[in-house]
Amino acid sequence: MNAMTADAIADFELRHPAVFNPPFWRRFMPLVIAAGIVLYVFYCWWFFSIGTVLASGQWQRAELYARDWVSYAIRTTVRPTPTGTTVSYPRFSELGDNPNPSWVVKDGNNVTIAFGPDKKLDINDQRVIATRGSESLTVLLATDGAKPQGPLPDWATLKEDQVTVTFGFAGQADIIPQRVVVSRRFLGWANFVFDTASPFWGKSFGEVTSMIVSGDRIKPEMSNAALAFDNIWFNSSWQHGDVWTKLLQTIVMAFMGTLMASLVAFPLAFMAARNITPNFFANQITKRFFDFLRSVDMLIWALFFTRAFGPGPLAGISAIFFTDTGTLGKVYSETLENIDDKQREGVKSVGASPANVQRYGVMPQVLPVFASQALYFWESNTRSATIIGAMGAGGIGLKLWEAMRTNTNWHNVAYMVVLILAVIFIFDGISNALRSRLAGKSHH
Amino acid sequence: MSKTASAELSPDGIQIERHWQELAGRRRAYSWIIAIGLLVTIAGSLWFANESNAGKFFDRLPHLFDFAGDLIPRDGWEVWRAMFDLPSPYFDGSLKYDYPEGRVYLFGGFYMPEYFYKMLETLNIAILATLVGFIFGFMICFLAAKNLVKNRFIRFAARRYMEILRAFPEIVIAGFFAAILSLGPIPAMFAVGIHTIGALGKLFFEVVENADMKADEGLRAVGANWIERVGFGIVPQVMPNFMSYALLRLEINVRASTIIGAVGGGGIGEELRLSIGRGHQAKTLAIILLLFITIIAVDQFSAWLRRRLVGEQAFAFGG
Repeated sequence: MNAMTADAIADFELRHPAVFNPPFWRRFMPLVIAAGIVLYVFYCWWFFSIGTVLASGQWQRAELYARDWVSYAIRTTVRPTPTGTTVSYPRFSELGDNPNPSWVVKDGNNVTIAFGPDKKLDINDQRVIATRGSESLTVLLATDGAKPQGPLPDWATLKEDQVTVTFGFAGQADIIPQRVVVSRRFLGWANFVFDTASPFWGKSFGEVTSMIVSGDRIKPEMSNAALAFDNIWFNSSWQHGDVWTKLLQTIVMAFMGTLMASLVAFPLAFMAARNITPNFFANQITKRFFDFLRSVDMLIWALFFTRAFGPGPLAGISAIFFTDTGTLGKVYSETLENIDDKQREGVKSVGASPANVQRYGVMPQVLPVFASQALYFWESNTRSATIIGAMGAGGIGLKLWEAMRTNTNWHNVAYMVVLILAVIFIFDGISNALRSRLAGKSHH
Repeated sequence: MSKTASAELSPDGIQIERHWQELAGRRRAYSWIIAIGLLVTIAGSLWFANESNAGKFFDRLPHLFDFAGDLIPRDGWEVWRAMFDLPSPYFDGSLKYDYPEGRVYLFGGFYMPEYFYKMLETLNIAILATLVGFIFGFMICFLAAKNLVKNRFIRFAARRYMEILRAFPEIVIAGFFAAILSLGPIPAMFAVGIHTIGALGKLFFEVVENADMKADEGLRAVGANWIERVGFGIVPQVMPNFMSYALLRLEINVRASTIIGAVGGGGIGEELRLSIGRGHQAKTLAIILLLFITIIAVDQFSAWLRRRLVGEQAFAFGG
């Protein structure tokens, strides 16, 4: 490559001043914007005291809660006494009324609890031996507290008179004088299909099927299939029936809200479009009406209709209907104002009535766009319906919010999230498929 | 009419005519089936919504405007007193007319009315969330674009990741972070921000896929690496569109952060819900008015800026 002479460079600079000597603003604009953003972030940091909040956040909970999404823990208390060791479970244990899990082995006064292949807890009335791989810890059960023998490994902690040993995900045990409280964790959702009160509980799929198909009636008043369905629907810890009904409410809210909004926005948009209705006042009034509906937030509409109709999907439908009439009306009227006038002129020139001009000159152009916009809003409203539901407008939102506020039902939250995600993905797929078909038609 | 017409047609013509009649008939039948199906769905949906609602539609219809009627202020100045935290002549010791209570003193005697402060909080949530969404969406969108990344798995992963961020219910993110950080504006920001990453990322990668690849080709010819190609070839062309989408998202986020606020995220949304629940009419009206004005202002500002950035095009709704 030839090196350029200084003259040639100067010549270049002279010929392209915009490139080599751009005006100050052009040159430093990105820098100024970046500095502004950094300053703004600092301001927000101070305004929300983000640093303090993040530092005081209980981040260890994040892991615990996230774990609760996909697993469950079974609690059991072992009381070693010279007369006989007892193993007890809470009253509403996931293991039913007479738990006898395989990970608890009772042999006379000795109880062994397995936490995995090489992790176990060996309890008798004198001491507890916790084994984790090659390491093990002996804790003497004295009356005045648990006494660990030897140095504590890093998976055990001593707090006053109590020793806590952890086995990672598999669980942990608190060794307290007179008793050992064990929490054993399993991956999965406990009793997802049948709860412990159900006669089908604990049976394998094959057994349940054979009971339904050929077994004797368990309850004389209904068939086994009906009983099985009833037990699933009213499962006490998962509440399938309630969750699915609420989910359907959310879907109905989004569907009806969007549908009604698009039906009402459709004629109004013709009035708002200045090329269709050449009347300044009619245009302005309809457009300002759309702006009003849109700018009164969905939140305000939701709160208003919750007051008017009481909590439930009617309030949600109305809120989505009012907000989206405004939004869709605006979009529709803008679409109408951008249509190709030639088709209308053609229809008009053959002497069609005004209604027929709209029907054959305008509708074929805009209908696919209108439908596609409505489908898009349908999909996004499914998400909005979840949120306004939490304020009392009905649907799964409130149930979700309540389950979260208890801080213990994260597995129920996970279940509902999976359902909502499934619904959104399905609707997204349907809406995309329909929209691409509509778009394909309109281009040909 | 078709009968008289077919009498004059040739045999071929008759066949075509019959075929056309069949097609038209089938089409009509499909339309009817769809229309009836839709009507049944609508009727069923409305019935279901009405059944599972706390109040029934026709019972409650006469009371629709009771609430709006309750909101009518006692005199013309009451709303402004509530908005600007001025002492009210109706003050009776209760919270209802105790406007100066919520004043936020900035320095000395200079105060910011409570609702303006809360509105600012909501606006800041929205702006910061949009900013976060923009930055992360910007970083990830190039990985999802077909014309920049040839590796199918990276593209697939990036797209699915954005889809999940977008579809994940905001309220769950807010609730999860509220459990860790306690209720307040920061969980709301996380919720809105995370959703924005997914929503903007999707719009961004579609813009990138439609970019003109000539600049990229030129850069490739002189041996630029991937980051240089993206930085000098793609970013300058897509930036105006990116900004336009981010502004559109800002409009949506102002609304979203108000709503998230109402379910415990702080800001003006929470104030509104509380004041409606407590029956403080003047306060409620003041908040509604403030919210209304703010949303219009943000929309107008964003529309003006977008017009300057990309002209009349790209005004389609997205996200």
